[in-house]
Amino acid sequence: MINRNNLKAWLYLLPAIAFLAVFMVYPLVDVFIYSFEEGYNFASQTSFGTGAYNYLYVLHDPYFLQALKNTFILVIITVPLSTGLALLISLALNSIKKLKELFQTVYFLPYVTNTLAVGLVFMILFKKTAYSEGLINLLINSFGGHSVDFIEGPYWAKMFVLCFYTIWIVLPFKILILTSALASVNQDYYKAAKIDGTSKFRTFTRITLPMISPMLFYLIITGFIGAFKAYSDVVAIFGVDLNAAGMNTIVGYIYDMLYGNSGGYPSFASAAAIILFIIVLTITVINLLASKGDE
Amino acid sequence: MKVVFDHLTKIFPNRTKGKEDVIAVNDFCFEIPDGKLIGLLGPSGCGKSTALNLICGLEEATRGKIYFGDEDVTNLPPENRGVGMVFQNYALYPHLTVKQNIMFPLENLKGEEKMSREAMEAKALEAAKLVQIEDYMERKPSQLSGGQQQRVAIARALVKIPKVLLLDEPLSNLDARLRLQTREEIRRIQKETKITTVFVTHDQEEAMSISDIIVLMKLGVVQQIGKPQEVYDDPINLFVAKFLGTPAINVFNGRIEKHKVYIGADCIGDSKLSDREVYIGIRPEGMVVDKKGVLTCKFDRREVMGRDHSVVCHNKECISDIDIRAIIPSDTEVDANAKTITFSLKPMKVYLFDKESEERLR
Repeated sequence: MINRNNLKAWLYLLPAIAFLAVFMVYPLVDVFIYSFEEGYNFASQTSFGTGAYNYLYVLHDPYFLQALKNTFILVIITVPLSTGLALLISLALNSIKKLKELFQTVYFLPYVTNTLAVGLVFMILFKKTAYSEGLINLLINSFGGHSVDFIEGPYWAKMFVLCFYTIWIVLPFKILILTSALASVNQDYYKAAKIDGTSKFRTFTRITLPMISPMLFYLIITGFIGAFKAYSDVVAIFGVDLNAAGMNTIVGYIYDMLYGNSGGYPSFASAAAIILFIIVLTITVINLLASKGDE
Repeated sequence: MKVVFDHLTKIFPNRTKGKEDVIAVNDFCFEIPDGKLIGLLGPSGCGKSTALNLICGLEEATRGKIYFGDEDVTNLPPENRGVGMVFQNYALYPHLTVKQNIMFPLENLKGEEKMSREAMEAKALEAAKLVQIEDYMERKPSQLSGGQQQRVAIARALVKIPKVLLLDEPLSNLDARLRLQTREEIRRIQKETKITTVFVTHDQEEAMSISDIIVLMKLGVVQQIGKPQEVYDDPINLFVAKFLGTPAINVFNGRIEKHKVYIGADCIGDSKLSDREVYIGIRPEGMVVDKKGVLTCKFDRREVMGRDHSVVCHNKECISDIDIRAIIPSDTEVDANAKTITFSLKPMKVYLFDKESEERLR
C-alpha cells in the first residue's frame, strides 16, 4: 500500500521533476562541465582539453576583476543601506496613524512603476544632455558646486548612480515585507514592555528586532542574491558596453563572454558563472548560520 | 497598597459619525482594600479589561481619579505606577529564556534603582521559586506547557514587587484541570506576597472561588461589590442573580396579588409588597422535590452530574433561555415516568425583581 502510494506521489511529481531536470539540473551540470573544458565550441561541440585553465584565465582577466569589484561594492553598499532604510521607513509608517495608507501606497509605487518610466526619471535626474545638465547637477550648481557627469564621468559618480538606483528599486518590496512583519508583532509585547518601563530603544532592540528577525534575514539573503545578480539595471543606465564604461558586473561579464562583442567563449562564461555561484552560496550559508546562531 | 477609584470614567469616542460614544467605564467609585484579591467580573464588553488598563495606565482616564494608597496615579505613565501585569496570552518574549524573561523588568531599572547582574539573578530566582518554575530557567517559553508559561508570566509581573498585581483573564487559555490548579496557585501566591491583586474574568465560578471581593460589571457600570457568597446570596438585581451561579438561576414571570406571590396558578408564598407584576428568581438548589410542594412543573428528565443530580423540567411562566433546573441530592427519589413534578421552595433562595427596573424587591 505504502509503495503504491509512493508510486502515485512520484507520478504526480513527475511533470515538475521532468521540467526541472531538463531546464535546471541539466544546464547546471552542463555549465559545470563546460567550465572545465578548455576552449569549448558550441558549433563543433569540441574542446581542446580539460583542466582549470578557464578559471585561471577568468581570475586573471582585468575585466572580470573589475566586474567582481563593482559587484562587491554594489552588494556591500546597497544591501545594508536598503534594508536599513526600509526598516526606518517601515517603523515610521507603523507609528503614524493619519494618512498611513496613503504613505504606504506612495512608498510602494516604485515597485509597480514601469522600468522604462523609472529609466526616464533617472535620465532627468542624472543625465547630461545638450539641453540640460540633469536635475541633480542643477541642485549641485545651486549650492555652488561643479557639474558631475554621472553617466560617463568618474567611477565614483557612476557607482553612486548605480547604488542609488538599486536601493530605490528594491526599497518598496522591503518596506512592504517589513511593515507587515512589524504589524504582525503582538501588541501585548509592547504593552508588557511599557508596563515594565522599557525604554523605546531597548523595546526596539530587545523586542521588535528579534520578533522581525526572520523577515530581516529573508530580506538580507534575497538582497544579497539579487545584488550579486545585478545586470539589467546596469545596462539600463550605462548602455551595453559595460566593460568600456568600467561598470560591468559578474553577470554582465558572463553575458559578454557568451554573446557580447568579445563573446563566443562559453568555457570562460561557465567558469565565471561557477565562481559567482560559489560566492553566492558562501554568503547565503554564512547568513543562514548567522541567523541560526542568533536564536 | 489600597487602590481607590474616584468617579473614574473612560469614554471611547466613536469615530463613525452618528454613532454614540462608548462609555467603557462609567463612574467607578470604590476602594480595593490593601492586600486583597479582587475579581472584576462581567460579560464580554462590560469594560472590565478597560478598567484594568486604567489601573495600569495603558489607557488614560477621561474623568475621575485613581489613587494607589494616598498617591494620585491618574496621570502617571505605566512604568511609574509600579504595577505588574499578566496578559491573557502571557506575552512572554519567545526569543528569551525563562530567566531572561523574568529578569527583563529588572534590566529596565535606571539610576539609583539599577541592580548588579548577581542581584538581578537572585531576584529572578526568588520570583521563580515563588511560582515553582525554578527548574526551567534556561528553557524558552515555547518549550513550556500553558500552565508553566502562566507561572513565568506571573513571576515576571512579581519580580519588581509591584504595588498592584493585575491579571487579565489569566486562566482562559488553560484547560479545565489546569485552570483549577492554577487558580489555587494564584490564590496561594497572592496570600504569600500579600500584594493587592486585581484580576479580570468572565467566568463567575473562577471569580467566586478565589476572590476576596468580587466586582460585578455590566456595560461599564458596577452592579454590585461584595464578598462572593454575599453577592450570590443577596443579588441586588436580576442581572447579578442571573450572572452568578451554575446552573443559572431559574427566572419566572410572576405576580403579587393580595400579598401572595404567584407563578401562573401556583401560589408560592407571601409578600409584604403591594400588587404588581414581578420576575421571580429561584436558585436551582432552592427547589426541593416535595409531593406537597407549591410549584408544579412539567417533568422532562433527570441529569446525572456525579455528586448531585439535576431535574430538568418546564413551566410556561419560565423565561430563562434554557430549561428549569433543580439541583437535588443524588439519593432523592424521582418518578421517571411522572408527567409533573412539584417542588417546595427555600425562601432564602427565592428573589423578587421589579418588572421594569429589574431591581430586587425586598
